[in-house]
Amino acid sequence: MSPASAPSNEPESGTAVQGPTAPVPRGRTGRGPRGSRRPLARFLARRVAIALLLALAITLVTFVLTNLVPGDPVSANLGQQALGDPAIVAQWRTDHGLDRPLPEQYLLHLEGLLHGDLGMSQQSHRPVADDLAEFVPATLELAGTAIIISLVLGVAFGVIAALRRDRLSDHVLRIASLIGISVPTFWLALVAFYVFFFRLQITPGSGRIDPGLSPPPQVTGLYTVDSALAGQWDVFSSAIGHLLAPALVLALYTIGLLTRFTRSAVLEVLGQDYVRAARAKGLPGRVVLFRYILRPALVPIITVAGLAFGSLLSGTVLVEAVFAWPGVGQYAYKSATTLDLPAVMGVGLVVGLVYLVINLVVDVLYGVIDPRVRVS
Amino acid sequence: MKGSGILGRTRLPEAWRQPLAVAGGVIALAWIVIAIAAPLLAPHDPLAQDLPRLAPPGAGHWFGTDQLGRDILSRIMFGARVSIPLTLLLVVLSVLIGGLLGAAAGYFGRWVGETIMRIADLVFAFPTVILAMVVAAALGASLTNAVLAVLVVAWPSYARVTRGLVLGVREREFVLSGRLLGFSAWRSLRVDVLPNVTGPILVLATLDIGTALLLLSGLSFLGLGAKPPSPEWGAMVASGVDVFDSWWVATFPGLAILTVVLAFNFLGDSLRDALDPRTARAIKERAL
Repeated sequence: MSPASAPSNEPESGTAVQGPTAPVPRGRTGRGPRGSRRPLARFLARRVAIALLLALAITLVTFVLTNLVPGDPVSANLGQQALGDPAIVAQWRTDHGLDRPLPEQYLLHLEGLLHGDLGMSQQSHRPVADDLAEFVPATLELAGTAIIISLVLGVAFGVIAALRRDRLSDHVLRIASLIGISVPTFWLALVAFYVFFFRLQITPGSGRIDPGLSPPPQVTGLYTVDSALAGQWDVFSSAIGHLLAPALVLALYTIGLLTRFTRSAVLEVLGQDYVRAARAKGLPGRVVLFRYILRPALVPIITVAGLAFGSLLSGTVLVEAVFAWPGVGQYAYKSATTLDLPAVMGVGLVVGLVYLVINLVVDVLYGVIDPRVRVS
Repeated sequence: MKGSGILGRTRLPEAWRQPLAVAGGVIALAWIVIAIAAPLLAPHDPLAQDLPRLAPPGAGHWFGTDQLGRDILSRIMFGARVSIPLTLLLVVLSVLIGGLLGAAAGYFGRWVGETIMRIADLVFAFPTVILAMVVAAALGASLTNAVLAVLVVAWPSYARVTRGLVLGVREREFVLSGRLLGFSAWRSLRVDVLPNVTGPILVLATLDIGTALLLLSGLSFLGLGAKPPSPEWGAMVASGVDVFDSWWVATFPGLAILTVVLAFNFLGDSLRDALDPRTARAIKERAL
């Protein structure tokens, strides 16, 4: 259902008896069991092909889902007066391609996609592609900041918990991370907004920058990057200030998730003979930690990080609503409740594709780090 | 011909010797009692609007009243009767649907498996809240449709885990010898394979109770679930957004969600430790 359930979601749990991933010498595993040549290239080609098929399937799913909507988009979008006039209704349906058969509508939709045309939003009366171009950077800035915070803190906490297993810090981190994955994000956003903005007035209010400032000239769409590029440091600090609270709220869940997961991944490696051997031959602790413990532990951690990014994208819907963050989450919610079909399709498609690319990267990293994955 | 399996026999008694498991169990039990006995325990009618509006927490109303003059404590208690049974039902259905499909995918392999897993991949291709939101919006805003929407996004994780576990067990000697003795595929799956995959599924399901409740109340928070005046916790938090100054309106229902989710996460986490042979021994040693 969600990354919270991921810890037992991995092939590792099924193959635990075979022992954890060890850094196997490259020469021996460069070849599959049937002697197939260049397994990494084949693995990559297979992954990319699957991703392309999935991308096509995503366009089909978003299309079918939004066409299952029992609500009538005509009545959702035309005023009472216009609805009374059959000519206007018919004209509207023709304009939006709703009078064609469904398969034809899908092909038209696909053809439009290839030209970067996602249709017109029925709410904003602007091309969906333009709407998304405006909202996607805001969400990427928020989710990107949150995933960086989560990875740094989550992996660090997890390693600490594993190395100090069964001591006080391990127990404290365990309870803290369990609380982290149990807090309702939308509630935490409200509480954080109330306490830090309304009561203590430490953090700035809603939005991406202070109301008095104008956004930096658009290069990447990320306010922090754009303002730094333009040298507008007042805008930069305002953007950072506005980013911090929602990003931390968003990150709490994934920090908890990654802490739990890193801990168990590191513990699994820690007791291995090759780690003991590395220590016994006198390698410095740092080398043992990074080369002998963290590398094999990274495989499951990276998988969970990919899943965690999905939960971050989900969380943006709830966090953006509270912090009035003008991103895709808020746009998605508004479109879904007003049955704005092209906008819903656009959001589902773009978010689905972003997530698909993330998972493809995860799969590829997985294959690069763990040679055994390539041949299965 | 049953092997000891990946996880061996379940070691529930050890799970109960962990303080976290006890804490989780006590909180979860308390909430279930509250849900059952809400009409007896609640000081007020959860729907009655005859109290002072937005009264802060005090002697008369421990958790204060909302903007319609309803007692928040009573509403939270009755809310337990909405959220907890629905969440449990949701997880049971996800386990059944996902588990069956996953076992079939793992056991029958090639194209049955590929088809089921690609459908699961498709669901995984969307972040949960986004997909659940689109499904809930497509079906129309109601609590039943929100449950259906969560179900749509929930089953694939069970399918994946079950498939992975079945794949791990399928080639083991006791399963193969069962097949050689003439077990049908179905019998082999039922007798030799399934008992060996239930442990991790149980852990996943326990942890998933929390996730399901978070998702369900999140949909209600967005206005895609329970309809007013139903005392659903997510919807109650949402009503607090409008009266920001009266912090108690949103805070207490949120704490209710947090404690229930936390209780099941404590339980699930302890259960995982107890069922995992690598940590089980340590727990046993500590308990002795």
